[in-house]
Amino acid sequence: MSHMPAPPPRNWSGWLFAAALMVLVIASFATLSLKLGDLFTIEAMHSMADFLAGFAPPEMASGFLRKTGIATIETLAMSALGTLLAVAGGLLLAIPGAGRFGRAPRAVVRGMLNVLRSIPELVWASILLVAAGLGPFAGTMALAAHTAGVLGRLFADALENAPPLPEQSLRLNGATPMAAFLYATLPQTLPQMLSYTLYRWENNIRAAAVLGVVGAGGLGQMLKYHLSLFQMERAATVILAMLLLVAVVDALSFALRRSLTR
Amino acid sequence: MLQLRNLTKSYSNERRVLDRLSWTFEPGEFVAIMGDSGVGKSTLLNLIAGLDQPDPGEEPAIIVDGTPLASLDDDAATRLRRARMGFIFQAFHVLPHLTLQQNVALPLLLNGLPQGRELEMLDAVGLGGRGHDYPHQLSGGEMQRVAIARALVHRPALVLADEPTGNLDPDTANSILQLLHQELKSSGATTIMVTHSPAAAARADKILRLTKNGLKVTTVVNPATQ
Amino acid sequence: MHNVPAVPLSPHHPDPAWRQRLATIAIGVALLWPLVVATEFYPWTLFDLQSLTATWRFLSDFLHPTHDAEFLAMVAREAWKTVAIATCGLTLALLGAIPATLVVTERLSISRLGTGRIATFPRIVRQLVRWLLVLLRSVPELVWALLFVRIFSLGPTAGVLAIALTYAGMLGKVYAEILESTDHHASEVLLQNGSGRLAALLYGALPEAASELVSYTVYRWECAIRGSVIMGFVGAGGLGQSMDQSTKNLVGGEVATMLIVFVLLVAAADLVSKYLRRRLG
Repeated sequence: MSHMPAPPPRNWSGWLFAAALMVLVIASFATLSLKLGDLFTIEAMHSMADFLAGFAPPEMASGFLRKTGIATIETLAMSALGTLLAVAGGLLLAIPGAGRFGRAPRAVVRGMLNVLRSIPELVWASILLVAAGLGPFAGTMALAAHTAGVLGRLFADALENAPPLPEQSLRLNGATPMAAFLYATLPQTLPQMLSYTLYRWENNIRAAAVLGVVGAGGLGQMLKYHLSLFQMERAATVILAMLLLVAVVDALSFALRRSLTR
Repeated sequence: MLQLRNLTKSYSNERRVLDRLSWTFEPGEFVAIMGDSGVGKSTLLNLIAGLDQPDPGEEPAIIVDGTPLASLDDDAATRLRRARMGFIFQAFHVLPHLTLQQNVALPLLLNGLPQGRELEMLDAVGLGGRGHDYPHQLSGGEMQRVAIARALVHRPALVLADEPTGNLDPDTANSILQLLHQELKSSGATTIMVTHSPAAAARADKILRLTKNGLKVTTVVNPATQ
Repeated sequence: MHNVPAVPLSPHHPDPAWRQRLATIAIGVALLWPLVVATEFYPWTLFDLQSLTATWRFLSDFLHPTHDAEFLAMVAREAWKTVAIATCGLTLALLGAIPATLVVTERLSISRLGTGRIATFPRIVRQLVRWLLVLLRSVPELVWALLFVRIFSLGPTAGVLAIALTYAGMLGKVYAEILESTDHHASEVLLQNGSGRLAALLYGALPEAASELVSYTVYRWECAIRGSVIMGFVGAGGLGQSMDQSTKNLVGGEVATMLIVFVLLVAAADLVSKYLRRRLG
């Protein structure tokens, strides 16, 4: 009757993990000395309210709206061109990255792709600005570089996972390796790659919008400019334009992706 | 047309699948090769197709139309396959993203030949009006017919077939074989068909059996071609 | 006898679709042109002499990453600050996201019991909170960071708050989705028998969904680390701010070291995240 089985050993790792988490959180707050309490004082609330009030009503003068419109087009163009360049670069890199030229090139190219995609677009932009100067060119190249890494890896995986039979079938019938690749493997993987591309475009429109804050043109540059001059109504208009642009591109991409899978 | 001379093939564990096989296939003959599972029938076909290499030896082991396969580099072997051979291999079927017409026309495209014959071939195999359909709309028997059409459209000198009636029910298999026989005879290509089915083999001029001792004629169906 | 014509073994075969391809390329170029103009895509400017020398010096400095002890210590401190910003930001985001989730999750709706439809007032409240979350998510983090830098001046506070707001939006949405998609049975039974919402959550919904929730949170923590580096470029402190300064000062060696540290940091966070997700999942 008192032959109960021994209790299961206490699982300390759960407690250990929770404790480590606590330490991390506390250390973080301690290091930063955030003075969040200051946020909630009356003066802080007042100055925040004033600050926020400065945003309304958003600037709607036609001259300014036109400038915003041009910046929007610039941002859209940045994201589109950057993505397109990334597709070209990614596709080129995906071929060795899928092992088509051997194991060593595959490893090297995969490493390159990892570097390209680990560095965020903004960091790329900040570095490329040194070479390209201020303006959307640096932004486009930054988007292209980072996205080429992302797409290159996704494309390479898609190529590697494509069912090999159609390509082998073509080779059997006497097609050159290049022809077999172009006529069998590529058409098979194209819908998937297109889908990835559209998804990245959604991401890139957001990235393009903000790249400007380091000087890469478009809406971001406008935002930084007007904020630095404390022209809040104009900044508000720019932010609204950003939100609108992102919503439009999201909807477009979603519609295109849906028509692909039908 | 096709000569095998002391053809040997072993695998990495030193198991010899084919051991000094020698044979001559005459132009225009239709030969069926039967044998137990694992005896090396498909390996033999792969070697003839140039998809695999025989063990190196003193003399060239496979000679197609006077050309030793071993003397060809990868490009030349590709060209040979493209121009002179037709394949009905079970797994290497039609390309799913192309229409039937495009599938059958493939050998013509690859060889730079003028288009048009693919429509005749589709007619000949009884799929005349369906050139714009896609493979996923076809039954197994219909796909085999497309494979036959594709294998013959560019009038190859050598046709290799691996279990062309493998997954088919007896009636469909029968009509496919009839079709195959008809087409092969009218084109005059040398044909080597590997099969398990006696019914399929009966359509050939000659039935060979592959054993670990080599190839041997078991039946001569149509003495007229001797 | 055979009627086999000799097909020439020609060394090349024409691309059958070449006419189509040429046309597609032509159309592509026509569409591309306005894009190129709009983005001032003039690659030759990369090669004018002035910028070339500056670029060359900057880039060649990359080959000699700065590695003196004092600098490395500073970089390590800034890297830790970045992690701290991400952690604090995420913690605050949780404080916001958890109540929002409780409100938004329809499963925990008491008014829904029995009729299966939520009463009007709770539905309006839910919708408002949902829209709030969408708003928080849609504004890019960097924009929030910019705004907060204006209010609270340079430093990590801006970064922490920016992360807190955006991620509250993201976490709220995804938590609600996870709770919706796991099995409803336990929490429904509890609610029907009169338990409060919080209890229904803790004892009913949570045990099922816990591993997914934690997994997503850890993944977001990793994203937050990258995000806080990026926000550093607008003055929100940490590794990003130092990188920005070194780039502006054209000291390639320092930028190179910090890039390496950044890549290592991200890789480390990725490993930790994968490990945790596997242990807890």
